Amino acid sequence: MKNLILLLAIAITVASCGGGGTKPAKEKQVTLSAAGATFPQPFYNLAFKKYSEEGGPAINYGSIGSGAGIKSLRDQVVDFGATDGYLSDAELAEMPGEVIHIPTCIGAVVIGYNLPGVTGLRLTPALLEEIFLADITKWNDKRIADENPGLALPDMNITVVYRSDGSGTTYIFSDYMSKVSPKWNGQLGTGKALNWPAGIGGKGNPGVAGTISQSQGTIGYLGFEYAYAQKIPMALIQNSAGNYVEPTLDSFSAAASVEMPADTRIMITNSPTPEAYPITSFTWAILYKEQSYRGRSAESAAATVNTLLWLTGPGAQAIATSVHYAKLPQNASEQAAVLLKSITYNGEPILK
Amino acid sequence: MSGDKVTKALLFLSSLTILLLSAGIVLSLTGGAIPAFREYGFSFITSTVWNPTSGSEEYGALPFIAGTVITSLLALLLCIPMAFSTSLFIAEYFRGTRTAGILRSLVDMLAGIPSIVYGFWGFYALRPLLISTGLTDQGFGIFTASIVLAIMIVPYATSLSSEIIAMVPSELKEAAYSLGATRREVIFSVIIPSARSGIVASFILALGRALGETMAVTMLIGNANIIPKGLFSPGNTMASVIANQFGEADGLKLSALIAIGLLLFAITALVNAAGKFIIRRFA
Repeated sequence: MKNLILLLAIAITVASCGGGGTKPAKEKQVTLSAAGATFPQPFYNLAFKKYSEEGGPAINYGSIGSGAGIKSLRDQVVDFGATDGYLSDAELAEMPGEVIHIPTCIGAVVIGYNLPGVTGLRLTPALLEEIFLADITKWNDKRIADENPGLALPDMNITVVYRSDGSGTTYIFSDYMSKVSPKWNGQLGTGKALNWPAGIGGKGNPGVAGTISQSQGTIGYLGFEYAYAQKIPMALIQNSAGNYVEPTLDSFSAAASVEMPADTRIMITNSPTPEAYPITSFTWAILYKEQSYRGRSAESAAATVNTLLWLTGPGAQAIATSVHYAKLPQNASEQAAVLLKSITYNGEPILK
Repeated sequence: MSGDKVTKALLFLSSLTILLLSAGIVLSLTGGAIPAFREYGFSFITSTVWNPTSGSEEYGALPFIAGTVITSLLALLLCIPMAFSTSLFIAEYFRGTRTAGILRSLVDMLAGIPSIVYGFWGFYALRPLLISTGLTDQGFGIFTASIVLAIMIVPYATSLSSEIIAMVPSELKEAAYSLGATRREVIFSVIIPSARSGIVASFILALGRALGETMAVTMLIGNANIIPKGLFSPGNTMASVIANQFGEADGLKLSALIAIGLLLFAITALVNAAGKFIIRRFA
């Protein structure tokens, strides 16, 4: 059996070399493995299922966390990884080969809360800082009431809910908070796990969503799709232009209308666009620029690149919006295609 | 003759595997924990700061050690009356009756319920009950976790205790009855003294189980990396922090988590050794 597969692989390699750059026709037999961020998992699961139904390769996506995804790619045990935070220059230097970031969709972190009879809560960056750093501990605090004149805020303790596990969601939220609050930057900083001064931790986005929806007086940050699914009220956040913005797919996409760097490594939190929801981020697939490593076949290399090209194209992006992720703006999709075209197998570009 | 040899070799090999496995666990845990202990030394165990933010990284295990020890001991304390009276009921008062049989199967069934189901029960049923007492805002914390832990370890303590109590020779009991002892006197003067070491051992076994319990605790303890300030304060345990943070950990943080694993291993080993000592000393 093993020999047969090897033979097949060799045959296809030879064929594709001789054929001179026709699209590999037999992607169906390839199984790709990928691992990483939990944040875009609902999108990836649905999109990959659809893709393999349409004749693409079968893709096993392990949602094991961004950090573990990066580790898996570094150990070269996956075809591609996925991460919510782009790799730092130091992390890139640690990888055994040049790594390319492909943005796949836009996700947002929302502030969900559970207050009897209260919806449409408005929060400023200053209030977020004061609530999450436990300077404000009561819901009817004057500072909250001043921004929310129409709301009947109860005399109730605030319970902050955060992620107990290391997470890209925490990274995106703390990246935003560090940009808007020097105090936050000094005390907690940016990271996948933080030293929270108060509150309770929930495991995973489902844990945070469950805790908020089951307990009055709670406030916490979580992925938009989880708050949406559980019908948790979400706060309007004042963005850098001073507008209170409701979290919607449109306000997320607005945040992404920024100048794109060539390697797509950019955090779009606190976007300057006036209509932008400020706690928004790309999520990325990561893969090696040179796809011939650890005895990978040309076939899986081609399947990997084609999958990601499809994922950043219009078909898959429509799936993203159906599960409440915002689709990539035009320039990000184009940039992704340019990057994918630079990927090689034994020095030969895979996409022509 | 050669069949004997084969059996002997097989048995030797399987016991050797167990030995090698335990040694391997200790070795790999120690190896992984070295960077954390090299960085912090003994203060890793005494420090209360757990700050994973890169740049100001600092890891101390005391909040988790405290959380583990407090919840486990509290669970043991809550478990003792439940398990002790249940095992007396099964093995002495209603010994051999249908009621005892049903009760025993129910207790065994408790042991088979997955941890996460206990977590759900605690989350959706116990927590609202505690909130309604007004003692706690959200119902997450040490006390909630301990109650659920106590229920989870009851079957372990009960099944072993009842076996031991049933093993007390009937001659002893009959002798006591013939001297005019009441049932209560027989229990406290004959059964408990002669089954003492076994009963203690069963509770130590249950304690060991409580120390390592993860999922149900994670769902209920609040996952705050601080030393609990009171019964209703949130906290975290060693097993729970490992389960929570392992996925995204690398470098020093990964080493700190492995070091916590090593400490948990050591604490469990100590508890077991204490159990063995008690059995030998007072048997």
